[in-house]
Amino acid sequence: MTVPDVTEKYAAALNTVTIGATKEQGGTRAKTITVGGSAGLPWLRFEGRPGHPPVIAIEVWDTGAETWPDQLKEAYGPAMNGLADWCRKAVEFGADLICLKLMGTHPDAGNRSPEQAAESVRTCLEAVGVPLIVWGCGVYEKDNRVLPKCTEAAKGENCLFGTIVEKNYATLVAACLAGGHKIIAESPLDINIAKQVNILASDAGFPLQDIVMFPTTGALGYGLEYVYSIQERMRLAALGGDRQLQQPILCDVGMEAWRAKESKIPQKEAPTWGPAERRGPIWEAVTATNLLQSGGDILVMRHPEAIRMVRKTIERLTGA
Amino acid sequence: MYVIGERINGMFVDIKRAIQEKNEDPIRSWAERQIAAGADALDVNVGPATSKQTEALLWMTDIIRRVSADVPLAIDNAKWEVMQEVIPRVPGPKIINSSKADEEALQRYCALAAEHGCSLIALTIDARGVPADVDSRVMMGATIVTKALEAGLTPDRVFIDPIIIPINCAPKQPVAVMKALEQLKILSDPPPHLVLGLSNVSQGSAKRELINRTYMAMAIAAGLDSAIMDPCDKELMDTAITAEMLMEKMIYCDSYLEAYRANRRGTPA
Repeated sequence: MTVPDVTEKYAAALNTVTIGATKEQGGTRAKTITVGGSAGLPWLRFEGRPGHPPVIAIEVWDTGAETWPDQLKEAYGPAMNGLADWCRKAVEFGADLICLKLMGTHPDAGNRSPEQAAESVRTCLEAVGVPLIVWGCGVYEKDNRVLPKCTEAAKGENCLFGTIVEKNYATLVAACLAGGHKIIAESPLDINIAKQVNILASDAGFPLQDIVMFPTTGALGYGLEYVYSIQERMRLAALGGDRQLQQPILCDVGMEAWRAKESKIPQKEAPTWGPAERRGPIWEAVTATNLLQSGGDILVMRHPEAIRMVRKTIERLTGA
Repeated sequence: MYVIGERINGMFVDIKRAIQEKNEDPIRSWAERQIAAGADALDVNVGPATSKQTEALLWMTDIIRRVSADVPLAIDNAKWEVMQEVIPRVPGPKIINSSKADEEALQRYCALAAEHGCSLIALTIDARGVPADVDSRVMMGATIVTKALEAGLTPDRVFIDPIIIPINCAPKQPVAVMKALEQLKILSDPPPHLVLGLSNVSQGSAKRELINRTYMAMAIAAGLDSAIMDPCDKELMDTAITAEMLMEKMIYCDSYLEAYRANRRGTPA
């Protein structure tokens, strides 16, 4: 008896997005990164073209990382004290991209100026050759003054800038159009709003193909399943031809996983939980690998041990 | 929703005159407008304009093909002789509109569709006439699907029309058609398309647009996925898009109407 063929055929595929520009392309990156392009469900390679493998961006902050958990400070050592050294260390640990979060520009946490933020962007670009993600502090009024200075400082480098949201998108859209950059479109775990943000950006002149979606990330134990289901629904809608949901997906794994008490508290406070040095990276790695299964294309991560584990998983899944 | 634009039909005064006077402009203009409004296919029907039906159909399709080389054309004529002559001579994708459900007619029409790579609309009408109830519609639907599959037509090329009759002469029919749609939907996997000549439900009644819109939503809920309708009626199209959104055929967002239209056009929203 022949087994019937139950493979699905999909009407459409995901967009590809390229980040970074080499000298020939008007930038100074050693190479570019391309994500997306899958024509089927994640990892079901027998059903459709698999698309580009997921990539790992390592998260660095302009200032303020003293608040990071000890395990992370130990992993990076003194390199964490200077942005350029930190970027170089991240590339040593295998970063495909650097994700610079301008947390020091937050009004309550340093209130660094737009000029200082632009200087940090230049520092990262000069320190390493991998493509750059630049992420604001999340306070709209401040980001709207900071990010345009940064898009200008990085003009020609084709960075990925974030984020636009439903209530605040016009300034960053204009800045990225002028600077030739890609955009992260953020939504609060709401697929309807995710679609709407893409439409708003597109109505304002920003091409749908130049957007990366950030549906918000929740760590293991803190909403991971809901994020999984949203990413899964986005993928199914994309494959069904919904052009406002065909954008690759970014997951903010490191920040969320290291918020959890499970990654941080020392074993003496939770004896059955095992040593924190292993527990933290595992919490981050498991969050990441779950989101890989629901179609995460760019994983923003922190701990080198978690990154090593996830890299190995990606290699096994892609058959590399 | 697979929208078949109904406007190029000789029963409309301007089209009738255009056919009789050999004036290309109204044909061209309605082709452009219906495509721009989101029609997936265009119905082409001589109506009562002339008895030279083959010639008139070829003249109209030629004009439309100069507007678009690949919009599917639903060749709408009751006579086998005319259909047989016209189908091989019209370039590009075509839908045969239509065959009745008796086996002899289905044999001929399915073979013609298969031979020329066309889709086929088949009506649940046979030698006994227009169907009275749900069961006879479903039985004829089963015959249609069987004959089509035998002739090598895949379900996505088969459109079943369970015939909607005006509410003001057949009050039980709108409900009967909805029940028929629910059952016709499960005749095959994947299912055939289910289509209605939507404006028939309000033929001769008052409040035509309101009745058409409301029945559109009800029929979509019952399984309708195609209609011969006016794509330039924005409220009717909005109703169809909204009904499909509520049936989970697309993800909601605040600008869902705009998103649907942008997706169809292949352009940015």
